[in-house]
Parts: sequence; structure tokens; C-alpha cells
Amino acid sequence: MRKSFASAKRLGLVSCHDCHLLSRLPNISSHQNASCPRCGGELHQRKPNSIARTWALLIAAMIFYIPANLLPMTITSALGNVQEDTIMSGVIYFIHSGSWEIALVIFTASVFVPFMKFLILIYLLLSVQFKSIKRPKDRTVLFRITEAVGRWSMVDVYVVTILVALVKLGILADIEAGPAAIYFASVVVSTMVAAESFDPRLIWDVVEEKE
Amino acid sequence: MRYMHQIACHECDLVQDIPPMPAGTTAKCVRCGGVLFSAKVDSINRTLAWTVAGLVLYCVAVTFPFLAMKSGSIIKETGLLTGVENLFSQGETVLASLVLLTCLLIPLLQMFILLFIFIPLKINMRVKYSIPVFRLFQHINPWSMMEIYLLGILVAIVKLAKMATIVPGLAVVAFGLLVIVLTFAISSVDKHMVWERLGGES
Repeated sequence: MRKSFASAKRLGLVSCHDCHLLSRLPNISSHQNASCPRCGGELHQRKPNSIARTWALLIAAMIFYIPANLLPMTITSALGNVQEDTIMSGVIYFIHSGSWEIALVIFTASVFVPFMKFLILIYLLLSVQFKSIKRPKDRTVLFRITEAVGRWSMVDVYVVTILVALVKLGILADIEAGPAAIYFASVVVSTMVAAESFDPRLIWDVVEEKE
Repeated sequence: MRYMHQIACHECDLVQDIPPMPAGTTAKCVRCGGVLFSAKVDSINRTLAWTVAGLVLYCVAVTFPFLAMKSGSIIKETGLLTGVENLFSQGETVLASLVLLTCLLIPLLQMFILLFIFIPLKINMRVKYSIPVFRLFQHINPWSMMEIYLLGILVAIVKLAKMATIVPGLAVVAFGLLVIVLTFAISSVDKHMVWERLGGES
């Protein structure tokens, strides 16, 4: 064992999630919880049930993704006409009206980012479960990007909120939030929690085992 | 037994020795490149300054007119909270609460927590509950989404451009500045220093 390349786990140490303090893992049975001597946070060498939790939240998010894209996001009524807009019909509207930059923003944030998040998390989970030792550093970077970028999907929910606030002119024009809005918010929240429950250190555990 | 001079990477668990670091530098993991920690310049003063500025801007953003829509002779003025109120009245309780939390309450809580932690640090006082409160601060950070709301405003303005003229109010300017100021406040927080001080003499 090279001394310079040892994980805290291998050294019998545990790093606190909250305050980063490195301490020796006390010898207690697995049913008890150890807490950090400095901040009192619960100590785990790895996030508990990381793989199962991430899968559960990820699958939930993928289920929410279907109604989020099929049902209307906004319901616009103007002079008696009622128009229902889904995320994609909004994107198409922006392309037709010439603002392709906005179309790109909406498409990236609402369709592309959540979908890529699904693919990346599935890949990371499977790579850990099948004990892959390929390119651990790149996989860690992939995880870091996924974690950072996910919250931007929330933008469509805010657009709906602002539209609902502004367009309220009685029978002339009125915009209401459609049923997709809540599903879409659920997608964003569950993928964010899913990414948070994934423990990137599992990627490196496999690499160290095979070293 | 504690190992103060050593730190384990949060992303790959590699244990590394940390030399004393000059302010303004960041230590990165030698194996995976993850940030181990950053030593900030003048963390306490800067965080306090940005936070106080943020609170002033917050008051302006919440109270002054936010966006107004002008279509012909009709003018509809809205505040920052109007959207949330309308969602509540449409029965979208969960959605309204989510927007309220991520764009208004959590940012406000962040600023209160920063004052609660950094004022005692500045005057060298020890306060009860500062440890769990600072832990809470780290957990709520990803759920503060004002900058995304700002992007939402931009999209909404373009969307309505064909229908009506949108007039941004003073609150939009304050909100935009608040996003920047709060980002600076949070990035001036030297977490490592705060934990060393909070956990220091206990």
C-alpha cells in the first residue's frame, strides 16, 4: 500500500460531511450512529444506501418526466380562446417567432439537462455496480457537472410563475399554471436529491480494491 | 484523536496533508481535482459587508414594483410576490410554496444565518447553536435559486414581447443586484476557518 494514496476509509478514518474534520471511526456496532466530535453531524464513511436511494429517486424522476412533457405547462385564455402549451410547444413557438436563443435556453434547461442527468446518473450507478475501473477521474468530473447544472432546470417553473403574475387581465387574457408544472418541479427536485445521495467516493473504492 | 493537518477529499476520499495556505488560494485534490478548501481573503469583514448590502437590496426587491405589463391603455403592475399569490389562489399550493422557498425564504434565511455566524466571529463571542445553524447553512445552499429566477424573468419578457410592453420596475434592478451581492457574500465564506473557530476551544 502506497502511503501517499490511501483513502480515509482504508486508514480507518472518517471525514465529516458537514465540517470536513477527519477523525478516527469509533468502534461501535453498525446500529449505532457515530457523530462528529467537532460539529455533531452524523458520521458515515460512505453516504448510507447511496446506490439504492439514488436509483429510487432517479426512477421517480424519470416517471415524473413523462407527464411533465406531455401535459400542458400553461393554459392561456385570450378573448374566449383557450390554448394549452407544453414545454416543447413553447420551444417551437420561440423558434417560429424568431427568438431562437430563448428556444435554446428553454430546450437546454427543461428537456436536455434533465435527460442528460438521467443518462449520466444511470451510467455512474451502473459503473459502480459493475465495478468498472475505467477513467475514475472523468466520472468524478461528470458527477460534479451533473450536481452543479441540475438546478437550472427550474427556470421553466419560474417562467410560469411570472407569466401567471403578469397576464391577469380578466376575460381579455389570463394565464394559469397547467398540470405539467408540478410534475416538472418534481423532476427537478428529485434529480437534485438523487445527485446529492450519490456518493462519488464509491467510484474510487472500486479502483482501490483492484489496485 | 484529531488529524487537523490532514483532510480527506469529499469526492474521492483521498487523505492529503494540507500545508498552511496563504489567503486567496484554493487547495485541490491531487487525485480527482475536487476542491478541498479555499482560504479566503478577509472572510469575516467581506461576508458581513456583502450580507448587509444584500439585506437592504432584499427589502427593496420585495416592496417596490417588480414588473408592469402595458397593453394599450391597460397597465398591470406586479410585485415579486404576485406570482406566488396567484399560484396559491389557483390551488397550486405545492408549486407556490416551492417558488416561495427557493426564491424568497431560503435566500433570506441564508443572509440571517450569515449574520448570526459572522457577527459573533467578528466580536469574538461564542453563541449557542452556531454549530447546527452553520450546518443548516451548508445544506440549504443548493436550494437558493434567485439567479435562475432572474433567467426566468428574461424568458418571460421575451415571451410576452409580442403581446404587450413589459416595464421593469426598481425591484427588478434590486433583485438583479441582490443575486450578485449574495453570490459574493457566500463565496467570501471561509468554511474551513468558520469550522476551526466554531469548534475551536470547545
